[in-house]
Amino acid sequence: MEWETVIGLEVHAQLATNSKIFSGAATAFGAEPNTQACAIDLGLPGVLPVLNRDTVAMAIKLGLSVNAEIAERSVFARKNYFYPDLPKGYQISQYELPIVKSGYLDVILDDGSIKRIGITRAHLEEDAGKSLHEDFSNMTGVDFNRAGTPLLEIVSEPDMRSAKEAIAYLKTLHALVRYLGICDGNMQEGSFRCDANVSVRPKGQAKFGTRAEIKNVNSFRFVEKAIEYEVKRQIALIESGGTVLQETRLYDADKDETRSMRSKEEANDYRYFPDPDLLPLMVTAEWVEKIRSELPELPAQKRERFQREYELSAYDAAVLVSSKELAMYFEEVLKHTQAPAKLVTNWVMGDLAAALNKANLDIATSPVSAEQLAGLLNRMHDNTISGKIAKEVFEALWHGAKDADSVINERGLQQVTDTSAIEKIIDDVIHANPAQLADYRSGKDRLFGYFVGQVMKLSQGKANPEQVNNLLKEKLK
Amino acid sequence: MSRISEETVNKIAHLARLSINEQELPEYVTNLSNILTLVEEMSQFDTKQIQAMAHPLAMSQRLREDKVTEPNQREEMQKLTKFTEAGLYLVPQVIE
Repeated sequence: MEWETVIGLEVHAQLATNSKIFSGAATAFGAEPNTQACAIDLGLPGVLPVLNRDTVAMAIKLGLSVNAEIAERSVFARKNYFYPDLPKGYQISQYELPIVKSGYLDVILDDGSIKRIGITRAHLEEDAGKSLHEDFSNMTGVDFNRAGTPLLEIVSEPDMRSAKEAIAYLKTLHALVRYLGICDGNMQEGSFRCDANVSVRPKGQAKFGTRAEIKNVNSFRFVEKAIEYEVKRQIALIESGGTVLQETRLYDADKDETRSMRSKEEANDYRYFPDPDLLPLMVTAEWVEKIRSELPELPAQKRERFQREYELSAYDAAVLVSSKELAMYFEEVLKHTQAPAKLVTNWVMGDLAAALNKANLDIATSPVSAEQLAGLLNRMHDNTISGKIAKEVFEALWHGAKDADSVINERGLQQVTDTSAIEKIIDDVIHANPAQLADYRSGKDRLFGYFVGQVMKLSQGKANPEQVNNLLKEKLK
Repeated sequence: MSRISEETVNKIAHLARLSINEQELPEYVTNLSNILTLVEEMSQFDTKQIQAMAHPLAMSQRLREDKVTEPNQREEMQKLTKFTEAGLYLVPQVIE
């Protein structure tokens, strides 16, 4: 039987505020345990939560950039459950009336096609503390620094049909929150977390299969592997006569498998009700319009502009706008060079990306600045150096050289374009290879490449390849 | 007739991490049953046309500026409990 995968994603984006959502305690990552947990975060009696204005503004920003409705009135609710890292016994969240609803995100797939993924809702809520289960004899240690940290939970429709689509959506959303400056996107530190709802159904069936929710996945690669594992598990289970249980499963990256999570408690009824400590949140149309007018150029708009202005393919443009910093770098190079955008694209996505990847650096910390790369591309563009020599110059820039021109001058890397100089080299090569010459003239055309190689070698790679080709053809006749 | 059994009361007490003794049980059974009866009474009314009230006050939420106003108060807060270690609050183990 042919199966179809159905995936919906819930993303928790930690909002980049200075203070918590309902208290004035700091949200900085990595502080000493419980040094950023005040009476409100600890749920002490008699305290009153007061909502942080910036968290609302950030939710509106996200809502506007996914073409969603911004609720004029939204309500905070208590989600009740017992766990030691939740000191109040409830999490303040939004339930029936979230601040953002019914939007969508257009996602570019690997083949360059666009898929529209629905966004059901996005709501504001507080994070819980962290439990540490090791090292305390028969006790659990709790750090409440994270308790009360603002989260925006972004819930997609079950619109994705493969792990690849899920990753494309996640990356698009990840880029978006970083463009908006509402989340730092650091997955290792848990600033951008993803739960995946995965089910399978026979292809053609309209009804969804029973879904499992996979939690605890903290990198794009693991989300992809967790989904792929889960899909295989469910298909094998059904094909062997079993049924998929609706449950929460944990992804174990070391073993590359998902497994059923012990339920936190026996009951799973959150008994939501409006939080009497918080009044309904009202958002005025003026506030929404002000935020709309201040939105930066969004990834999708930038991608379209790159395609239009620089005549890039959808794929190239999508890669370049995948991070704000990469897009900025690309445009900064263009500002300083006369080289065509395609050449710039090839270098930024090719040699530069490969070198950064190898050194485990990102574009913001690139040893080769945009201006330096532009200088290099200028010399390629005006034929001072060949593509091959350019790689050598790039290498020098990577290791600290000042600029392309000084590397070219100091090492004498200028391309030889003087016809008589190239002819001289060709003559030497022909003279030194009489046997090959005879073979070539008797019909072994493939030896042409051999001669080109010899000429380039003798010129130390500096002869202009196009001229070498043309002149050689003449001389070998 | 009791709407809630002693077994249910014990289970709720366990989930809420409350310790209650045998003598108190009948009282809880009666009280909780009465609450359910009251809710049952209320649910006889048709409320379909009534919008749920999020809050009794007809006001909207006040917002605060995103500023850190609460300094580190760990020492003071941890005086409230005997069980701390390495800056952490200690609680009975939740995962075996």
